[in-house]
Amino acid sequence: MSFWPQSRKARRRLTILLAVAPVLALAVGLAMYGLRDSISLFYTPAQAQEAKVAPGRKVQLGGLVQHGSVVKHPGGDVEFVVADQKAAAKVTYHGDLPDLFREGQGIVAEGTFDANGTFVAKQVLAKHDERYMPRDVAKALKKQGEWRGEGAGAPNYGAPAYGKPTT
Amino acid sequence: MIVELGAFALILSLMLSVAQTGLSAVGGARRSPVLAGAGRGAAVATFLAVLVAFAALIHAFVGSDFSVANVAANSHTAKPLLYKVAGAWGSHEGSMLLWCLVLTGYGAAMAFFGDSLPPRLRAYAIAIQGALGVLFLAYTVFASNPLERLLDPPIEGRSLNPLLQDPALAFHPPFLYAGYVGFSVVYSLSLAALIEGRIDAAWARWVRPWTLAAWSLLTVGITLGAFWAYYELGWGGWWFWDPVENASFMPWLIGAALLHSAIVTEKRGALPGWTAFLALAAFTFSMLGAFLVRSGVLTSVHAFAVDPTRGVLLLIMMGVAAGAGFLLFGVRAPSLNRGGQFRPISRESAIVLNNILLSTAAAVVLLGTLYPLIREAMDGEAVSVGAPFFNLTFVPLMVLAFAVLPAGPLLAWKRGDAGAVARRLWIALAAAAVLGLVAYGVVQPRKALASAGLVIGFWLVGGALVEIAERLKLFRVPAGESARRARGLPRGAWGTTLAHAGLGIFVLGASFETAWRVEAAQALSLNGSQPLGAYTLTLTDVGTVEGPNYLAERGRVRVTDRSGAVVCRAEPERRFYPTGSQTTSEVAICLRGLDDIYVVLGERRAGEGGKPAWLVRAYVNPWVRLIFLGPLIMAIGGVISLSDRRVRLGVGKRAGEAVS
Repeated sequence: MSFWPQSRKARRRLTILLAVAPVLALAVGLAMYGLRDSISLFYTPAQAQEAKVAPGRKVQLGGLVQHGSVVKHPGGDVEFVVADQKAAAKVTYHGDLPDLFREGQGIVAEGTFDANGTFVAKQVLAKHDERYMPRDVAKALKKQGEWRGEGAGAPNYGAPAYGKPTT
Repeated sequence: MIVELGAFALILSLMLSVAQTGLSAVGGARRSPVLAGAGRGAAVATFLAVLVAFAALIHAFVGSDFSVANVAANSHTAKPLLYKVAGAWGSHEGSMLLWCLVLTGYGAAMAFFGDSLPPRLRAYAIAIQGALGVLFLAYTVFASNPLERLLDPPIEGRSLNPLLQDPALAFHPPFLYAGYVGFSVVYSLSLAALIEGRIDAAWARWVRPWTLAAWSLLTVGITLGAFWAYYELGWGGWWFWDPVENASFMPWLIGAALLHSAIVTEKRGALPGWTAFLALAAFTFSMLGAFLVRSGVLTSVHAFAVDPTRGVLLLIMMGVAAGAGFLLFGVRAPSLNRGGQFRPISRESAIVLNNILLSTAAAVVLLGTLYPLIREAMDGEAVSVGAPFFNLTFVPLMVLAFAVLPAGPLLAWKRGDAGAVARRLWIALAAAAVLGLVAYGVVQPRKALASAGLVIGFWLVGGALVEIAERLKLFRVPAGESARRARGLPRGAWGTTLAHAGLGIFVLGASFETAWRVEAAQALSLNGSQPLGAYTLTLTDVGTVEGPNYLAERGRVRVTDRSGAVVCRAEPERRFYPTGSQTTSEVAICLRGLDDIYVVLGERRAGEGGKPAWLVRAYVNPWVRLIFLGPLIMAIGGVISLSDRRVRLGVGKRAGEAVS
């Protein structure tokens, strides 16, 4: 055991290193893997078209719910169109929409595109606040010149806006 | 008038905290008891001044004084009294004032109860607590004053977000802040000790009760938040790995690590530098939380109204406080006494491992929380990091920690005997494995991973029971002797057992609920029914009710089991709040032992044949009660440890007892 250092201090350091290293390696490895595979990218409909998102890849789709596009089927299925200024995407969703889901409201849907380009949402997020615009949506829309200032222009004494998505 | 008085008191408190800092610092440096005493007085006075300001704000809320901007934005005359009061801390400005109240309150507590601390350390700690007070009070006074008047007051307020009008959430922020900000005390104590260049067992004995108190309160706060999310938001979940939740969870993890490392420093004098580092890190994470929640840099489904300017201010404050702390740590840490030696198999080592795992877990949560920011700065892509990432990274680390946890308390200090511990623990491991296998065989559908989760939960509970049985020598000596030992056992030991068992109970609940929850959602017309696992739900009636500040549709849902017997009648509501025109769901929950039947009434839509139908969404959440019970038991464990004589009385008194 020639590599085992002589001095007590150095030995102690080595022991601590030996204890920390595997845990760190595990954490770093898992984190790298996780950041590659289990994060979802955010797109607006136009960006999604441009990026040609592969069917089955989990992404977030954000935009404004197009007026007059919401169709509710009796079984609990909902269809609507999420649009930005350049493109629109059809979204299907099964379940109860967030209480504040409205036409013209900014939302983020999480799910996958199917082979026909329809977005199958697993989750629809809308903040429980009438002034709310998801930040990513606001930013992406701002870039496209769609932004009209609703949502972010809340007065500085704005109320807190708590809310959870409904799944 | 009272509002002006409050605003004046707020400014006064800023002045007083400047005095607190200056007097205590000079008093400490010159070893002047007079100046240090004056600093202590200033600390108490600061707290009283903030208390006056806070009382004025509550008064304005209760009296619905809409000439105060914050009241106009967050209150309404028709709101129930409890929520008028809770509105005082429901907004950015009000919650910052609550933060200051707690911060100065802890400062006053140090001034009041710190008699057993070395006078110099105490003076420095109070000075640093005062400096933190100056930072946050200045921010409150200049950038987010909750008592600001409106020139043109509205007739009616804009009301508090209806989702926040809930008892659990009314009490959630006070607990959360008491926990968060409680870490400011250990931050101050740590910095004060670093200035003095001496970190020893006596110091750790002081750090421990404050950490215990802060951590227990934070546990309660987080649990209340999760409980609120569970029953108020109507999506059936209790944890979302949302940035705001993570912001409160990171200080909790670091606090848990600190709780354990402080024991090592106290009992064995080892790890002084590491304990000081954790003490600094805990409050840094608290401040990071305050920044994340308020600045809007991260997309969160529940954050305060976004205000980037204030975000920058908060970031600067955090930078100053954390930067100063870690700079001093970097300068002083190399010269710290290394403390006691210990072997690789010992209780110290077990706690070191616990610390490595807990802080790595906190780092992973931090990475996941900030990654969207990093990615955006790097390549401009908007990404979201959700539950899958955290499940993949956080859970394995915790599994490792839980695997070794029961061995820790059974190991001896300095040099432990692994064989002896294994001989004691095998019964817990065997019982856990058997119970896990039973679950795997009995519960349908079969799920291996969730059954493994149950094994871990049973292992933790079993380990805690073995530990306490070992201390009482249960079944090995007569029962009377065991009872005598139970009375003599320090409360700290009971606290440890309870906290570890509580953790196991939580793991049991979380594994079971996540894996075996049953969900059903269908549009039902009147007298329509849908199956939900072993139950059948029938919508019998929908009527309207009028609440104090809302209108609601109330559904009556009959839940029957397989034999057709009525299990319960759920009455979920869908409420409409005219002020702010918001709709919320009021969930109906039927308690069935440890399980919940959770029913949500959705919106009305056209059903078959043009009859009206309502979307009824329902879950069976098995063992969900344990998820909230476990952390509460942990917090109770913390409080019981806190009441331990050894923790309560400082080192000075103990030394005095030994002499006399």
